[in-house]
Amino acid sequence: MKDQYDVVVVGAGPGGSIAAKTAAQKGLDVLLIEKRQEIGDPVRCAEGVKKISLRRHIEPDHRWICADVKGSRIFSPNGTKVEMSEAISGGEVGYVLERKVFDRALAYEAAMAGADVMVKTRATGLIIEDGFVRGVNVMHLGDESTIRSKIVIGADGVESKVGRWAGIDTSLHPSDIETCAQFLVTGVDIDQDYCDFYLGNKIAPSGYIWVFPKGKNQANVGIGILGSKSGKHRAITLLSDFIKEQMPDARIIEMVVGGVPVKGTIERTIANGLMLVGDAARQSDPITGGGIINSMDAGKIAGEVAAKAIAAGDVSTKALNDYEKRWRATIGREIDSSLMVKNTFVKFTDEDLNSLAYSLKNVNFTSMRLMDLLYALFKANKKLLWDLRDLFKDVVKNEIDFNYRS
Amino acid sequence: MVAIHVNRYKCGYCGACVGVCPTGALELIETWIEADENCTGCGICAKVCPVGAIEVKK
Ligand SMILES: Cc1cc2nc3c(=O)[nH]c(=O)nc-3n(C[C@H](O)[C@H](O)[C@H](O)COP(=O)(O)OP(=O)(O)OC[C@H]3O[C@@H](n4cnc5c(N)ncnc54)[C@H](O)[C@@H]3O)c2cc1C
Ligand code: SF4
Ligand code: SF4
Repeated sequence: MKDQYDVVVVGAGPGGSIAAKTAAQKGLDVLLIEKRQEIGDPVRCAEGVKKISLRRHIEPDHRWICADVKGSRIFSPNGTKVEMSEAISGGEVGYVLERKVFDRALAYEAAMAGADVMVKTRATGLIIEDGFVRGVNVMHLGDESTIRSKIVIGADGVESKVGRWAGIDTSLHPSDIETCAQFLVTGVDIDQDYCDFYLGNKIAPSGYIWVFPKGKNQANVGIGILGSKSGKHRAITLLSDFIKEQMPDARIIEMVVGGVPVKGTIERTIANGLMLVGDAARQSDPITGGGIINSMDAGKIAGEVAAKAIAAGDVSTKALNDYEKRWRATIGREIDSSLMVKNTFVKFTDEDLNSLAYSLKNVNFTSMRLMDLLYALFKANKKLLWDLRDLFKDVVKNEIDFNYRS
Repeated sequence: MVAIHVNRYKCGYCGACVGVCPTGALELIETWIEADENCTGCGICAKVCPVGAIEVKK
């Protein structure tokens, strides 16, 4: 086992694998470590991604695609439906993946690019010297050792400790996390063309229930509720209630639990010799909870910045600030907008949600995106959505802001 | 003293509790949660756990 690398990446989720692959492609000596013995398992995801965004990183492969969806349908508490299809909706049109297979395929790509990979290898701390992160302490199959590197990339997910070890407080308040449960169900009639979302403070307080098709008669049926609303009611019990009522014949063949950061952008994601990517950097979207693509986009930027910094012989925050700047200009701007939407959304009563959905009853959405949907809502419900006016001031001023990155 | 108890038979080892712990007292080791002496018994982890696997000891 080598004990020295240019870059050590902690965590082989999508963010870590893309960071490792990118850095290795740039000619760096890279080690990707993952504490689990099986990459991607257990899953903590509903597995929905937008097609075009995915293509930025990997060619779609039938081995990890379960369903190809054409649109989304949002149901308000009284059942009023808002439908968005193909060309129109933002983050919801795309594929439903098999993350277990997908995550391993990404790690495979990192390995093919030249990165070393170690599974069942957990980072237990950072080596910090003269204010610089210079490697990680690891435990592999029960044995402890030290691996030195010029740069550490922390891609260690929602449970991230790497940032905290370097003095970056990434802890989440209960209102900064969606606490989730999901069943893979079968034995029910599922429309395989749509991702469905059910809103309502009774069924999913400050969150939603989703039904994502997974091929044949299967679906990921899950729930996310805001952590601050959890306690008396839990994600798992609310989900069981929904299934009992709406899908009494469903057979549950898999169970998933997890937490998604919905905090919005955090103050700092770098330190001397360190970058954080993906859920570790709290880069998931505060309104959709989507984090696969953001983590991959951030991983790619981090890999590129690592190569530049190491070539220049400067891994201080001054050099790594390029990472900070680049992700904030892209992913970060979307997260900021979504945070505004989230902060408004969590205040809505069921009546508010119903009247919002009703206001769109006769609107034709065949050429619109998620932000357009929000704008249409805003125009029809100025009073209710007044808190969002700043979002649209930007949008109206600058058409470009309308285009969420695809 | 560690002020919480994690029911390992209930826990789905998702790491949500680790993400919310303000003192960094928790760690997700593959398939179980370990808590250390930094735990203050604040109960945030117990509130957020999607399955209710954590109990704060009296
Ligand atoms: C229920 C649920 C539904 C979701 N649905 C969607 C969805 O439909 N679409 C979407 O885009 N996003 C979704 N997300 C969010 C998405 O799953 C995450 O944003 C995404 O997985 C983040 O990728 P990542 O690489 O940052 O982290 P992860 O995929 O969490 O990977 C982190 C990896 O680091 C490893 N690790 C952690 N600590 C250490 C350590 N100390 N040493 C070594 N390895 C370590 C972990 O084992 C893990 O493999 C959902 C999340 C949940 C919980
Ligand atoms: S939040 Fe609950 S289910 Fe998830 S790891 Fe912690 S104790 Fe286990
Ligand atoms: S009770 Fe509070 S301090 Fe103790 S582990 Fe849970 S969140 Fe951390």
